Amino acid sequence: MRYKQIMMTAAGFLGIAIIVAACAQRGIPTGGDLKSGYFYSMPETQAMQWDTEANDWADFDNPGFIWVDQGAEQWDTINGEEGKSCAECHGEASSMAGVSTTYPKYNAEDGKLRALQDQITDCLVNRMKAEITKDWKWEGDLMLGMTAFVKLQSRGMPINVAIDGDAAPFYEEGKTFYNTRRGALDMSCANCHVDYPGSWARADLISNGLPNGYPTFRLKWQKFGSLHRRISGCNKNIRAEPYGRGSDEYTNLELYLASRANGVASEAPGVRR
Amino acid sequence: MTYRTLLGALAGAVLLGTFAANANAAEFMVVDDTIPASLTGKAGDPAAGKKTAINKKKGNCLACHVMPIPEEQFHGNIGPNLGEVGNTMSAAEMRIRLADPKLINPGTIMPAFLKPGTTRVLKKFEGKAILTPQEVEDVIAYLLTLKGDLPQ
Ligand code: HEC
Ligand code: HEC
Ligand code: HEC
Repeated sequence: MRYKQIMMTAAGFLGIAIIVAACAQRGIPTGGDLKSGYFYSMPETQAMQWDTEANDWADFDNPGFIWVDQGAEQWDTINGEEGKSCAECHGEASSMAGVSTTYPKYNAEDGKLRALQDQITDCLVNRMKAEITKDWKWEGDLMLGMTAFVKLQSRGMPINVAIDGDAAPFYEEGKTFYNTRRGALDMSCANCHVDYPGSWARADLISNGLPNGYPTFRLKWQKFGSLHRRISGCNKNIRAEPYGRGSDEYTNLELYLASRANGVASEAPGVRR
Repeated sequence: MTYRTLLGALAGAVLLGTFAANANAAEFMVVDDTIPASLTGKAGDPAAGKKTAINKKKGNCLACHVMPIPEEQFHGNIGPNLGEVGNTMSAAEMRIRLADPKLINPGTIMPAFLKPGTTRVLKKFEGKAILTPQEVEDVIAYLLTLKGDLPQ
């Protein structure tokens, strides 16, 4: 009798635990200390990324997939003098699961910090002997598409960049950039994204400024675009001279942003206003 | 006694802000966290001040403040509501707040309207303050009219 009661109570708790776990799984994947820009977006924008009714990614409504599909096609396309495709060396794209969450990452061969785009360029140039056409430049359609396609393999997984060891000096540079006031308005990134997330800057709800949704389809751009393009916009808004997309300065800064996002689920390809 | 030696004699309570190499060069005296004297000697124009406050390329105050300007959509709320600021602040307090707010709160996000930025300023804004001293006087005249009795 007593035994049965205990078992029933235990079964009850287990049932509740399962329901709680199931509820926790409803909605876009979350994690980490800070919140993704998704949670600071308007419901119409969110709906282009996540279908709450189906409780799944809204890929049919996400215009970023026009670029992702081009990336997927390139994965299997032979390109360059070596006559190779990405697939010939890397196999199924699913072999890239988890890879992008560790970028930007220190590369021992050249002693530099590599954004995912730098790594893709390295494979194109050095392993495939392919030409970097306009489409494969940082903001080119194929580079955006391939970056997002590789990141898609890690969608829902927590960002997980290393900031210690060889990565430490790059992280420190990025952190200094983040906290330095600049431009005619003399503001740092932290002035907005650390001090005022949740406040309105006119019609914009300020978020934590995380990189986990990039490349993203931005409604204002009516186009898919890179994180470095977004950062350049934040620089120009405070009337500061931007750096180039793919510059060391922005890649170091990307590492710092990613470290703030450690634990937050990767969402690329995202949709933002 | 020249202006500068006079200031030297008053060192301590008084600080001189001068921004050379500035097209809108502003020079002002800070006394106890305020700037008591008009920057131009010319009375501010509240109607012009309201326009400057709204103008996105000038004051752009609505980016961060709710103000009694219902004809403009989307007021920010990074800073306090300014609907009653004419009751709570003096012109001297407003003047330092606009000229260089970091003198009273080094960590503030609010831009200094009379002090040019120094780090990677976009070329076309280099050495330039956001507002002219007269525009600041106009904005102050406008703020002084905000007594909490206007619709927001
Ligand atoms: C004047 C305030 C302000 C400053 C300063 C600022 N930003 Fe932003 N930033 C915004 C606003 C507003 C948005 C759009 C809404 C949002 O996502 O926060 C934004 C968006 C972003 C986003 C996109 C987030 C997303 O999920 O889509 C990133 C990344 C970002 N900022 C990084 C930076 C970096 C890096 C700096 C410093 C170089 C910076 N910002 C400086 C206001 C600012
Ligand atoms: C000739 C073989 C070859 C081809 C073709 C190739 N790669 Fe690579 N790739 C490598 C090697 C070798 C490495 C480094 C070792 C590793 O981490 O797998 C690498 C590393 C990578 C990484 C980083 C993996 C990590 O764990 O950090 C990415 C991402 C990547 N390649 C993407 C691509 C893409 C996209 C293409 C097609 C445009 C491509 N590669 C084509 C050989 C190739
Ligand atoms: C980027 C955001 C931002 C902009 C733009 C801005 N402010 Fe502010 N303002 C603030 C913040 C934040 C405070 C709160 C005090 C502080 O940070 O030191 C403040 C405080 C003030 C105060 C003091 C209010 C009080 O009750 O203590 C006044 C007055 C003021 N601002 C006027 C203006 C005017 C006028 C403009 C436009 C010419 C303007 N501000 C533009 C952010 C801003």
